[in-house]
Amino acid sequence: MARVLLRVPTSAEKGAVIEMRALIQHVMETGYRPNAEGVLQPRDIIWNFTCRYDGEVVFNATLSPAIAANPFIAFTTIATQSGPISFTWEGDNGFAQTETRHITVT
Amino acid sequence: MKITRRVLLAAPGALLLPAPTRADRQSLSEALRQFTGGQPMREGRVRLDVSPLVENGNAVPISVAVETSMTAADHVRRIGVFNERNPQPNVIIAQFGPRSGRAYLATHIRLATTQDLVAVAEMSDGSLWAQRVMVVVTLAACVEG
Amino acid sequence: MKRIIAALLACCSVAVAEERRSGLFDMRPEAQAMQRDDSMNPGMLWVLDGEALWGRKPNPAAQSCADCHGDAASSMRGVAARYPAFDAAQGAAIDLAGRIIQCRETRQGSAPLAREGQELLALTSYVAHQSRGLPIAPPDDAGMRAARAQGQSIYMTQLGQLDLSCAQCHDDNAGRRLAGSVIPQGHPTGYPIYRLEWQGVGSLQRRLRGCMVGVRAEPFAYGSAAFIAIEAFLMERARGMEVETPGIRP
Repeated sequence: MARVLLRVPTSAEKGAVIEMRALIQHVMETGYRPNAEGVLQPRDIIWNFTCRYDGEVVFNATLSPAIAANPFIAFTTIATQSGPISFTWEGDNGFAQTETRHITVT
Repeated sequence: MKITRRVLLAAPGALLLPAPTRADRQSLSEALRQFTGGQPMREGRVRLDVSPLVENGNAVPISVAVETSMTAADHVRRIGVFNERNPQPNVIIAQFGPRSGRAYLATHIRLATTQDLVAVAEMSDGSLWAQRVMVVVTLAACVEG
Repeated sequence: MKRIIAALLACCSVAVAEERRSGLFDMRPEAQAMQRDDSMNPGMLWVLDGEALWGRKPNPAAQSCADCHGDAASSMRGVAARYPAFDAAQGAAIDLAGRIIQCRETRQGSAPLAREGQELLALTSYVAHQSRGLPIAPPDDAGMRAARAQGQSIYMTQLGQLDLSCAQCHDDNAGRRLAGSVIPQGHPTGYPIYRLEWQGVGSLQRRLRGCMVGVRAEPFAYGSAAFIAIEAFLMERARGMEVETPGIRP
């Protein structure tokens, strides 16, 4: 399980645009770097990030080796209903991780 | 860690694969064509925010924002960011909809060297808008062993 | 000519000019913003890892850090600001990472943590983070004076094939550019730092080894008395400056 740092509001007014930030610990090995012996280290990146809220995917991004190590993404969504917001990262070597936060919408 | 001649010669199975040359890396224009389906892009509406000078290309903050009301009738469907001189031209492609609130995305990217970045937004009516920015990248002076 | 320069350098006092400046301010605004925003600063991932390790027993028979030290926010507040400190039992100066290694071995009865390993970096980051915002306050005791003097002497010594001392870059030429990068004054305010060049967190000793390799000198070993002495000197030189851990640097 990779370490994750999420900034998600715990509460919001219905209809408000809220900003969410996700930071996850991951080497994002590009596949273009040689090691000390000159051998290319194989690619090992997160290539997909999805946010699901209130029954739908509200944000999705396809990442590439050009995304920096310990990938950071910020985006917005409209606060519609109280409930869970889930964040899923998928990547090479079967990497898959989901984190959930709860928001109260008044 | 030191790369010595002895180490290189002693590694019989080691493949010294060269980095993709300009000739064989997918070009920026091809990557743009793949995103746009060949449709023309117009300048405007897209704001790609990145410092014109970065000291280290390993973690460059960028943000993209598109002027739009983000209603069901008129919103951004996708934003793509592409680069000119990294080993491959893609940076990030993100999907949006009316529930996004704003067509906004921020992330940290890698830039191999001084080059252009292009951000393209595809609107719900199929129109494409783009902005191109040049970034100068200086690198750390004392390279570690 | 070299002897004249050496003599001039030797009579420079410990304190850098009145206008001491953290490397934070030598960075572009975007990089400064990254350090200041805990939701974006990748070094915080290591701080969080350290927080988890703080509460975990290294083995079933041992106590966790929390078992003895309780809540780190109170018990560890100010600690990093006054390290390296003098370890009376050893009769030598010890750095914060060295103290954590020592605790792990002697008081937690477990295998020592490896220098520059992820666990030690996480714990050191977590402990040092509890001093963020506090002024660096090296201990004023006699035991540290010898270490500081040794550290200052190394700082002034020209090393390596390029024959440069720390002072020649970081005192005499701080603020000027070396191959496109601004030369910082070299204060240890944010360690362990998230260095963009490493794409990860590393210790002051790792950074110093990088400098030594940069001047083509054989770097001191991790954990060596020489490094602890240099750190003791650098902390005295930075007395009063704010701890920033986790710092971001290029």
